[in-house]
Amino acid sequence: MLELVTFSTLNGVLYGMLLFMMASGLTLIFSMMGVLNFAHASFYMIGAYFGFEISRHIGFWPGFIIAPLLVGVVGALIERYGLRRVHRYGHVAELLFTFGLAFVIEELVSMIWGKAPVDYRPPPSLDFVAFSLFGTTYPAYRIFMLATAVAMFVFLILVLRRTRVGLIIQAALTHPDMVAMLGHNVPRVFMMVFGVGAGLAGLAGVIAGPALVTQPSMAALLGPILFVVIVVGGLGSLGGAFVASLLIGLIQTFAVAINVSLADVIGPTAAGIFGELGRAPLAQIAPVLPYLLLVLVLILRPTGLFGTRES
Amino acid sequence: MTGMRYLLCFAAVAVALLIAPVVFPSSVAITTMSLMGVMIIFALSYNMLLGQTGLLSFGHAVYYGLAGFCAAHAMNIIAAGKLPVPLPVIPLVGAAAGLFFGVIFGAVSTRRAGTVFAMISLGLGELVAAFALVLHTFFGGEDGISTNRTKLLAFFGYKFGPQIQVYYLIAFWCFVCIVLMYALTRTPFGRMCNAVRDNPERVEFIGYSTQRVRFQAFVLSAMFAGVAGALAAINFELMNLQSIGAAASGQVLLMSFVGGAGHFAGPVIGAIFVTFLQVSLSDITKAWMLYFGLMFIFIVMYAPGGMAGWLALHWPLLRNGRIVRLLPAYALAAVPMLGLALGGVMLIELAHHMLVQAASDGPQLSIFGIPMNGASPWPWLAALVLFAGGAFGVRAAWPRVADAWGRALAAPGTTKVNS
Repeated sequence: MLELVTFSTLNGVLYGMLLFMMASGLTLIFSMMGVLNFAHASFYMIGAYFGFEISRHIGFWPGFIIAPLLVGVVGALIERYGLRRVHRYGHVAELLFTFGLAFVIEELVSMIWGKAPVDYRPPPSLDFVAFSLFGTTYPAYRIFMLATAVAMFVFLILVLRRTRVGLIIQAALTHPDMVAMLGHNVPRVFMMVFGVGAGLAGLAGVIAGPALVTQPSMAALLGPILFVVIVVGGLGSLGGAFVASLLIGLIQTFAVAINVSLADVIGPTAAGIFGELGRAPLAQIAPVLPYLLLVLVLILRPTGLFGTRES
Repeated sequence: MTGMRYLLCFAAVAVALLIAPVVFPSSVAITTMSLMGVMIIFALSYNMLLGQTGLLSFGHAVYYGLAGFCAAHAMNIIAAGKLPVPLPVIPLVGAAAGLFFGVIFGAVSTRRAGTVFAMISLGLGELVAAFALVLHTFFGGEDGISTNRTKLLAFFGYKFGPQIQVYYLIAFWCFVCIVLMYALTRTPFGRMCNAVRDNPERVEFIGYSTQRVRFQAFVLSAMFAGVAGALAAINFELMNLQSIGAAASGQVLLMSFVGGAGHFAGPVIGAIFVTFLQVSLSDITKAWMLYFGLMFIFIVMYAPGGMAGWLALHWPLLRNGRIVRLLPAYALAAVPMLGLALGGVMLIELAHHMLVQAASDGPQLSIFGIPMNGASPWPWLAALVLFAGGAFGVRAAWPRVADAWGRALAAPGTTKVNS
């Protein structure tokens, strides 16, 4: 039991930090431009595939650096030549643009790299056992992922809280007109934030690709969860996104690990009340849990856990 | 006078639905048109949200799919119990199911509008899709629920075995739903929906609850989606998990938007156009999904009013005959546009063939019936030249089009601005 709790917590925190790497960019982009970027998980996927392609030619570590930068550039270009053009038609058009983009990216990726998962592996330098506890081993690559995610988190906080750039970004979130009056190029700030957000998602893809499965459906699988994270955390709230990421990471990891059904907990009456749901083990219901949480939060606290704005 | 015009319009729709199988009698055409009928209802019901109430939903297939499953189960129960219910009333079962789920999910999701509504609809869609995987008895797992429409009570001797009879059943319901949904837009409630879309704050000030208007629109929309779902169950005699998932929701969004969400007829055009493309394109090219995505992005970027919006833009000019003045500029712009499109299609086809099929079929392929070798650089170069030249040409020709537009609109008789 202790073994299960320890490893599930570790994996849950890891998954949560990965989610946060994407959710942070998504929520920053949202609070700045009011755009929900449907294609954000696609940047994560592009990151994984770029990382895979680079690791095939020159190795994992160059890919670790280059791929997120490339994804960031792709994101900035999309903002500059796509999103900014659509902006004048309103938020719905922007949302639809990113929706179409996610679709096209998935098609392109499955065209270029095939529909089957690609063989993206952790580098040999990290392919060893970090520690073993209660007879179960924990791979070093996961520790590396966790370290990268935490480093990214600290970096993001420092940039936003302690630098001039962060100051301008924070000001542009709430008072874009005033920031523009002071002589800052707000559209360029938006472009940079979009690029950095995309790059962060790309980095998440590079480090998650070898540990999870790198396949064309990875964006469509993760995208909705990301939305759940930022709505549950409260739209536009970075702290909320952090808490919600960890919450959902832990919930999903524990749900998969714990093999009980409602029938085991409440007794055989559960099957009578909930039908098939009562008999289904928790692991099978696990994919439903984030969305249940979303609906619950929206009923009980429509602004999300830490949100202040309605929309 | 205007009343007469609408009557004539609906009469024309009814006649078109009646004679369509006579004009296109092949079995492929009738199957396609049956599907189009279902999709027209589905897209129109979606546009009650997107176009009329300003609610962008990413989970509309939930009501279509759930109602379809309910209809399939209802058909099986009726057939097993030999109940005296004929097939043509099954869409009412779908409508009831759509209404039921619309009330439940609508109560949760219409509390807020805008982006948050879009995300809740997405979350609910994923929630239902995830549940559908777990609940095997109702959703039938991977296989889905199959049914047999001919096992129901005969309706005036018709057993609805042949596709043509199903077509007329769908056409009948399609017509009824079009009339009802159009009538709804002319009621005070329909106008309130538009007001909620355009200026929710003001609606609140004059004493309406925007949340209630959104809820009512949502429930009605789910009900019509339910009719479409039941007709789909009748048409395919099978409902599976695909009809409930994100892909189906995306498809209906695509249809409504490509057709034009701003006009009542937009989703109808979109449903016909997209269904036709789906059926025909998937035979011609394997990369058709990519074309769909690109077409969608193109419309979002350059023609956010969709096809209906584009037509409506030209309608006044067509009526007073000034459209003739636009034709030279359009003809000039059409040449580089054609080049751009041809170059783009060639690039996609070449890339798709070389990346996906070349390993098994070799580098030989043919595009528009022209054989070429994807391994040699020449077709690529030709495609690039066409594409880049087309893009350059469109940029160069665009000011002329804008100019011609300005002159056609400003010509004497329409406005007094420039005279």
